[in-house]
Amino acid sequence: MADIDVKIAQWKLVEVGRVVLIRRGPYTGKLAVIVEIIDHKRVLVDGPSTEENKTVPRHVLPLAHATLTHFVIPKLPRAAGTGPVKKLWEQNEIDGKWAKTSFAQKTESTTRRKNLNDFERFKVLRLKKQARFEVQKTHAKIRAAAPKA
Amino acid sequence: MSDVGTTKQFGKAQRLVPSQKAQKWYPVDDDSQPKKVRKAIRPTKLRESLKPGTILILLAGRFRGKRVVLLKHLDQGVLLVTGPFKINGVPLRRVNARYVIATSTHVDISGVDSQAVEKVSAPGYFTKEKKAEKKTEEAFFKQGEKPEKKKVASARASDQKAIDQSILASVKKENFLGSYLATTFSLRNGDKPHEMKW
Repeated sequence: MADIDVKIAQWKLVEVGRVVLIRRGPYTGKLAVIVEIIDHKRVLVDGPSTEENKTVPRHVLPLAHATLTHFVIPKLPRAAGTGPVKKLWEQNEIDGKWAKTSFAQKTESTTRRKNLNDFERFKVLRLKKQARFEVQKTHAKIRAAAPKA
Repeated sequence: MSDVGTTKQFGKAQRLVPSQKAQKWYPVDDDSQPKKVRKAIRPTKLRESLKPGTILILLAGRFRGKRVVLLKHLDQGVLLVTGPFKINGVPLRRVNARYVIATSTHVDISGVDSQAVEKVSAPGYFTKEKKAEKKTEEAFFKQGEKPEKKKVASARASDQKAIDQSILASVKKENFLGSYLATTFSLRNGDKPHEMKW
């Protein structure tokens, strides 16, 4: 028989220390960490972010309202208070890591684009056009220089 | 009072004879009383976003879609706007504040000659001049020929220039602002005007 490599599946698990993204309710779009699992549908979360407008108070969150992220705060004690959670949150640089994810960057850019006013939208249109023109110009030069097949 | 009547002597007795006799009959129907208007006429209060110098998007009329500069509030919710004419062809014009989107972009209009604006915003300024010659039979038969082109009064043109001059200077200071005013606004696929920021 051939050797079979058995690997542990890379599941994102509902576990104490798992960072979740809240998708519904008043804290939509904010991050929190699972502090305690209440039952198969609900968890206790706490989101002591360093930025004030991103904090989530400690509360019970239905898992249906959350999306699990790849981040885990390792060795977070069960039912840890907000103080220790905040300390570990900062140590693990959850905010910084989250900001680098493509999801966070995409949402950031969409909200920024959504909040542009009419004049700013017009400027984006013009600048994009200028950039496109430059690209096309150099592209045409390269094509003209290339030997014809 | 004298109009009540006069006292007259009838034999021994005196009697007051009213100057106006009472009616002998009552009207069959009640007189309808006009309703009292309980509304007070208040000056129109315009949106806070409509400050002089704001760039507006016109929504109706011949110049719909054009981006123009707000100069002044006139009476009854009417706004005085200018293109400036050189940039987008919109002359000094009165528009209804309801048919306008106020953007959050402003142009510095502090340098505009206030006397010229005052003159333009006077009540009679935009009224049509009455034709001196009436339509005659001859004119009717001349219809096939080319009609005389309407001339813009030179006074209007000079007023336009006087007001636009300083606006054009302040528009030049900011990048893209001139071309922004020159382009018309329109909705594209997927645009949701109720969700847009202006």
